[in-house]
Amino acid sequence: MIRLALIDAGGANIGSVRYALGRLGVEAELTTDAQVIGRADRVILPGVGAAAQVMARLRELDLIDTIRSLQAPLLGVCVGMQVLFEHSEEDDTACLGLLAGRVAKLPVSPGIRVPHMGWNTLAARREASLTRGIGPHDQAYFVHSYAAPVSEDCLSSATHGQAFAAVVQRGRVAGAQFHPERSAAVGARLLQNFIEFGLA
Amino acid sequence: MLSRRIVPCLDVRGGRVVKGVKFRDHVDMGDIAELALRYRDAGADELVFYDIGASPEGRSVDYGWVEKVSRLLDIPFCVAGGIRSVETARAVLHAGADKVSINTPALERPALIGELATAFGVQCVVVGIDSVREADGQWRVRSYTGDPSKTRAEGLRTLDWIVQAQALGAGEIVLNCMDSDGVRRGYDVEQLTAARALCHVPLVASGGAGLPEHFAAAFQQADVDAALAASVFHSGAIAIPELKRYLRAQAIEVRNAH
Repeated sequence: MIRLALIDAGGANIGSVRYALGRLGVEAELTTDAQVIGRADRVILPGVGAAAQVMARLRELDLIDTIRSLQAPLLGVCVGMQVLFEHSEEDDTACLGLLAGRVAKLPVSPGIRVPHMGWNTLAARREASLTRGIGPHDQAYFVHSYAAPVSEDCLSSATHGQAFAAVVQRGRVAGAQFHPERSAAVGARLLQNFIEFGLA
Repeated sequence: MLSRRIVPCLDVRGGRVVKGVKFRDHVDMGDIAELALRYRDAGADELVFYDIGASPEGRSVDYGWVEKVSRLLDIPFCVAGGIRSVETARAVLHAGADKVSINTPALERPALIGELATAFGVQCVVVGIDSVREADGQWRVRSYTGDPSKTRAEGLRTLDWIVQAQALGAGEIVLNCMDSDGVRRGYDVEQLTAARALCHVPLVASGGAGLPEHFAAAFQQADVDAALAASVFHSGAIAIPELKRYLRAQAIEVRNAH
């Protein structure tokens, strides 16, 4: 049985992510314990709310170094993905710096509403086990106002006014800007891939 | 490209889905989780569960069913009705709801919108607005609409409230046009268009859906992000897969749920 640690960073979607993993037959351990996180086979950092809140909570729990030095595959979800980058424009927040780049606010323009809320199409940027089986017309459910830029770490992008990173990965660190727990079959595929292949 | 959302709304009372005729004589429609999954399978993009009577009765929702729904459902859902504090919202969100929708409590105490946005982020905060066109031609909000005997006219112009709600931290607005609600003659495109011009966050049309053409009009003419409906879906008058096929044929971007 795979040991999957779900970091309790205070976000409201923790329960939903846990249930989504449960639907895939994986009993995730909801934890703030560095030792439990350190010996897990997979680690997920969910987040709903603001980058500053997530970072403050991780600092308070003394988990910053634990996450930075993790050897197991790590998947950040939504704000949990945003804090993997160097910096977020949201409240001018210094983040974990595991991925290069800065998270910025999505600009409002005619017909482009922020928050970006709803089902949007994923465009593949490069192949990886994490996005295996996700097709060119597949859609995922997004709810966010800030986004990471498309860089060489971007596996899939989406477009809302401008293109932004929807799924990222560099080595053992990955993230999904959309909510896999609420993205029907596409979300289940991503989680299943993460469980099955790690970030190979 | 971002799809337009189709959102069935389910009325909940005492942990069951019910259907009311003129707000009274509620008929049991079935188990919440069962109906939620049925709509998910049909291709609904999101669901709203509205705990009817929660506000008029001065009580908040019971969260047991929220957790049950969250365990089963893999599309987003919003809970409305009786949420009047950060603590209640927290309980509902932690039980697994993706968003909370507030209506009467936001009118009573607008600061609640900001409190929720600060605590959970604007993306979790939906402000529902019940609106009526008055004799002078102005649209104005109503509160306590769950019970006709308690419904109040607030004197507040709907368009002013839309602006204010966004400034306070609303991440989405659901505009329920009561004059067209339940009549099935179409969404109030005129009112929605006026709201759209002032609304920079997602706007959801509610009230009046009777035909697939009504959905197309709301999306194409009023440029709403989502359309909410209840009776046409519950009665089977409109099936979501056919509705989506129709909308796609009108070049309206909708999600293909397979």
